[in-house]
Amino acid sequence: MVKVFIYPSTSLILSDMVDRWGHEPLGAALQIRERIQTPGFDSPPLQMTPDDPKRGLRYAAVEVPSGVRGRMALMGPLIEEAEAAIVINDADFSFGCMGCARTNELVKLLIRHRDIPILELTYPRSEEEGVAFVGAIKQFLNGLSEGAA
Amino acid sequence: MTQKVRVAQLSCGPEHSGVQGEIYEAAEAVNAEMFFPDLTLAEIRTYYDEFGLEARSPDLKLAIARAKALVEGRVDADAVFIATCFRCAEAAIVRNELRRYIHEHSDLPVVSYSFTERTTAGTLLTRMEALTTIARRRALLAREVQEGLTLGVDSGSSTTKAVVMRENEIVGTGWLPTVRVKESAEEAVARALEEAGVTIDEIEAIGTTGYGRFLVGDHLAANLVQEELTVNSKGAVYLAGRQHGPATVIDIGGMDNKAISVQGGIPGTFTMGGICAGASGRFLEMTAKRLGIDITELGPLAMKGLSKNVPMNSYCIVFGTQSLVNALAAGSTPEDVAAAACHSVAEQVFEQQLQEVDIKEPVIMVGGTSLIEGLVHEMGQLLQTDILVPPHSQFIGAVGCALLASGFRGGRSDESV
Repeated sequence: MVKVFIYPSTSLILSDMVDRWGHEPLGAALQIRERIQTPGFDSPPLQMTPDDPKRGLRYAAVEVPSGVRGRMALMGPLIEEAEAAIVINDADFSFGCMGCARTNELVKLLIRHRDIPILELTYPRSEEEGVAFVGAIKQFLNGLSEGAA
Repeated sequence: MTQKVRVAQLSCGPEHSGVQGEIYEAAEAVNAEMFFPDLTLAEIRTYYDEFGLEARSPDLKLAIARAKALVEGRVDADAVFIATCFRCAEAAIVRNELRRYIHEHSDLPVVSYSFTERTTAGTLLTRMEALTTIARRRALLAREVQEGLTLGVDSGSSTTKAVVMRENEIVGTGWLPTVRVKESAEEAVARALEEAGVTIDEIEAIGTTGYGRFLVGDHLAANLVQEELTVNSKGAVYLAGRQHGPATVIDIGGMDNKAISVQGGIPGTFTMGGICAGASGRFLEMTAKRLGIDITELGPLAMKGLSKNVPMNSYCIVFGTQSLVNALAAGSTPEDVAAAACHSVAEQVFEQQLQEVDIKEPVIMVGGTSLIEGLVHEMGQLLQTDILVPPHSQFIGAVGCALLASGFRGGRSDESV
């Protein structure tokens, strides 16, 4: 089993595919779930506090907007933990949505700079492309299993 | 309990900056509730495409779609709060365009704000209070004539002002530097009452505003305790005789500045801020002190000088003071230095705040700094317009309070009308 970072990180479809083909998806749901299930503080809705943008300084400088640094406090540790990654570019809102374009640029850069297997695909716009899209992901994930075996 | 004011939130980043809780807290403090307009995926796509601004961040696309849904009546709200990250260029463009769009195409009061992770509920409170006042108290703000005998007190960060009004006329004023909030207010009130020749027992209604409004309001058992954004804009258009039609009110205060776009005497959009004291009246006080003159002499002195002769940028009060000292050491005249200080403050307000409201004539300057004619002149030059400074402009908050408080005489309220 390989830890696979997914982008868009909020994509439940992508998360499900990684899980179904035997790997551990690293996405936003995991981070958010941990936060909202952690008792002890109350900062709705995501249970993020002003300390998060400070933690994000590990990934982005102080002049970077607080929203980017806060998001990086969530994404950064997942990128570090990842052993592989699937990045879907130009994804439709319904597939998974990452709120901030600047954060997305940084997330993709950091994942590309990791020395790990990465599959980058463009979001399919037709049924034919959709079939090829799923096939490529399946092939990539199976390949990870063979490599790990 | 009055019904909560429903404030639609259009934003990008507050949750991830850890300040969403602060926004909720500020709203709660003024009996308002924030909500995110719900739209279907298809509506988001349609409204975003129709708006025509190409944003790359999905959260900003969502904010655009929500703004359009509000304007088109697809979603009901009483007011709109737009918030995006400080230092984000993309968000700044979207924030400004949405604010302008909502202001021009709807009656919804709107305020925009750029936050950092250090933004607190306290910082947001006055803005949220003004926003909900405009939404909730339109009947109160519609008052155009002062009636009876009323008292207004403006407990500001630098000075405390009191005004007694009788049947639409100012009959007594009191002014002094704020030292201890309650005691300064008592003294200002005593002076205003003495000038008016009345006692506090004769006063039919009292209104308070300014930083010390809650404390002073409690102390004087005020009928109306109101933030300064709405009160000042009301006072400004009242004193300037511009209660109908558009106007822009600029108040460069001792601690922060306000720029308010007014329509028919009711504020529409406003900004309130001051990145640094270098863009406030405090810098002019320091300049006067360094020049060895009284603050009242600074304006006339500045009118004799040329601001372009002295390079000065008071973006930060420390560097601004440094420029001031350097200029004097290099032989610049006090007149030119005074003019440069006025220009610098006007420029900071112009660059930092006036870009966020639509400047519509007449432009009315109020507050103590409006008496510094050099500052008014420099602001007029920057805006390319003749600035209106109404009589008693330094008492604007107190006048606004006395005017609005007259709606509370005899235990009644304009709001119940």
